[in-house]
Amino acid sequence: MTTSVLDIRGLCTSFLTSAGEVLALDKVTLSVERGEVLALVGESGSGKTITGFSINGLLSPPGRVTAGEVLLNGTDLLGLEPEALRNVRGRKVAMIFQDPMMTLNPVLRIDTQMTDALRAHERLSRKAALSRAIEALAEVGIAAPEARVRAYPHQLSGGMRQRVAIAIALLHGPDVVIADEPTTALDVTIQGQILSVVQRLCRERGTSLIWITHDLAVVAGIADRIAVMYAGRIVEQGPVDDILDRPKHPYTRGLIDSVPSPGAKGGLLHQIKGRMPPLTELPDGCAFAPRCPRRTERCAKRPELDGSPTGREWRCFHPLEASA
Amino acid sequence: MSDAALVEAHDLTKVFGGQGSVIGRALAQAGLAPKARGVRAVDGVTFSIARGEVLGVVGESGCGKSTLGRMIAGLMEPTSGEIRRDGQTHHTRGLDRQMIFQDPFSSLNPRMRVSDLIGEAPRVHRIVSPDDFRGYVDGLMERCGIDPLYRDRFAHQFSGGQRQRIGIARALAVEPELLVCDEAVSALDVSIQAQIVNLFMELKDELGLTYLFISHDLGVVRHVSDRILVMYLGRVVESGPADALFDDPAHPYSRALIDGVPRLDRRRVVYEPIKGDIPSPLDPPSGCHFHPRCPVATERCRSEAPLLREIAPGRLSACHLHDETSP
Repeated sequence: MTTSVLDIRGLCTSFLTSAGEVLALDKVTLSVERGEVLALVGESGSGKTITGFSINGLLSPPGRVTAGEVLLNGTDLLGLEPEALRNVRGRKVAMIFQDPMMTLNPVLRIDTQMTDALRAHERLSRKAALSRAIEALAEVGIAAPEARVRAYPHQLSGGMRQRVAIAIALLHGPDVVIADEPTTALDVTIQGQILSVVQRLCRERGTSLIWITHDLAVVAGIADRIAVMYAGRIVEQGPVDDILDRPKHPYTRGLIDSVPSPGAKGGLLHQIKGRMPPLTELPDGCAFAPRCPRRTERCAKRPELDGSPTGREWRCFHPLEASA
Repeated sequence: MSDAALVEAHDLTKVFGGQGSVIGRALAQAGLAPKARGVRAVDGVTFSIARGEVLGVVGESGCGKSTLGRMIAGLMEPTSGEIRRDGQTHHTRGLDRQMIFQDPFSSLNPRMRVSDLIGEAPRVHRIVSPDDFRGYVDGLMERCGIDPLYRDRFAHQFSGGQRQRIGIARALAVEPELLVCDEAVSALDVSIQAQIVNLFMELKDELGLTYLFISHDLGVVRHVSDRILVMYLGRVVESGPADALFDDPAHPYSRALIDGVPRLDRRRVVYEPIKGDIPSPLDPPSGCHFHPRCPVATERCRSEAPLLREIAPGRLSACHLHDETSP
């Protein structure tokens, strides 16, 4: 465990709503090693984005972290003063969002935004910062970076904006990059370009990557390990091949089977019955039990994570056998 | 084209804009300003859909697939070209062609109850008598997987998947023959997406529906489609039977598109994507639109637009390379 860059232990985040306190994250425990790509997979409302926000201290009320630790190289980010956290955020832990317009200020030119980001953490002259910015743009594959750096975000295409966002995220050589559905809004060919850029840069620099997505197919190509979330809990995690080829949790199995594969053309896709319950109406036991084909009376009790945290873990009383 | 074609589109073209303002036109006439140019969103597209067939349309943003869908659904008039239905040219908006939209949040009127959302059109068009109205709507809701008990609820009280089911029930209410699905499952979560895709397939078998299925998600398109059209900047670059096209794409663009699709069985891929952005449809490249991004482009591709021609039975492709490889 000594090699992990980011160690999240028992992270609980809750939102105070009119219906009472809602637990959006329920004891989430994850770790990412240096240079590793961890995919956090789940459907809308599973808590995957909230996990990213909680790590980075970006939650806004009524959300708050109620328990747990986020250890970055051994320092607990949750205990840091705002000043110290600002020093870490953006420099050590960077974030890429689904919508690049969310990260880019629409009324500032790219050069202003990039040099501001640089000078926030480092003592640099404007000129030096600008040349660093141009270098960073070239690295993410933007053609004619000297000209593009003077553009406003609306003058760039969606894929180019996302590259700028990636360039900004990587400016300070962070230890961890959290990418929240960064290719979901993009076309297939542009998605391929973004994947290749992120993959190359993280490999070259040994940056760890947490890739948050609902798209299992993207994950298959890029991830080393996968953690599957459902209703605010991690239901299964492990190495990519184990999870995709030999899932133990019925939900993971269901997700994999829902993806159309070239083999079973025209037939009915496997479907998971029903939908994820709202977090205010979670059952007491296993959150997936109402949709689960394997549920028994035992599932009225809450399953804990089984297995080993360094290898594979699953949260199910009736895990699937390897033959499935 | 075969006799069994339900819809035939011939040389369909849609140009947006190009008129310019009054002042702009005057200035252009006086030679003081450049003439306003239109965007050829769809440029001379010809195809047919057989009865009971699912035709998939794939391509990236701005390739004109949605515009094509809207013209086929009768929501938009083509600038030129014609759409024949059962061999007849068809100028009125037809109840027999209905559209399912991408966004189940903005395509349902938030002030209407579900029973009215679904029931308004058949009531107005006298498809159902007032006596049978309630049963008719309940039947549709049940068929599409919405509990008829929720008939008096509003759209916002449903989840995304449920809303898409309401949209489907609404389209089915006027007994259409053709459904145009424009990214109808793209906004949904994986497990919900599978449910809706299955619903489409069941309805197809039960009601003998024909689909024009537009999506950028190639996995889903391959799963549901019999034949595929690949579009790039308003033109069809390749068409053919789904499996043949996916297994062995002929056009360099189709190949790039299909190779770029992440798949569950491809692990730790090193992505080597095609270079370059999608060009602006306002100013498409000369010759073959794809040549600036094409790995095998030649001098000829820069100047001369390749024609769509048959490369194998039932398969069309528009690329100069086919001239060189075939005798």
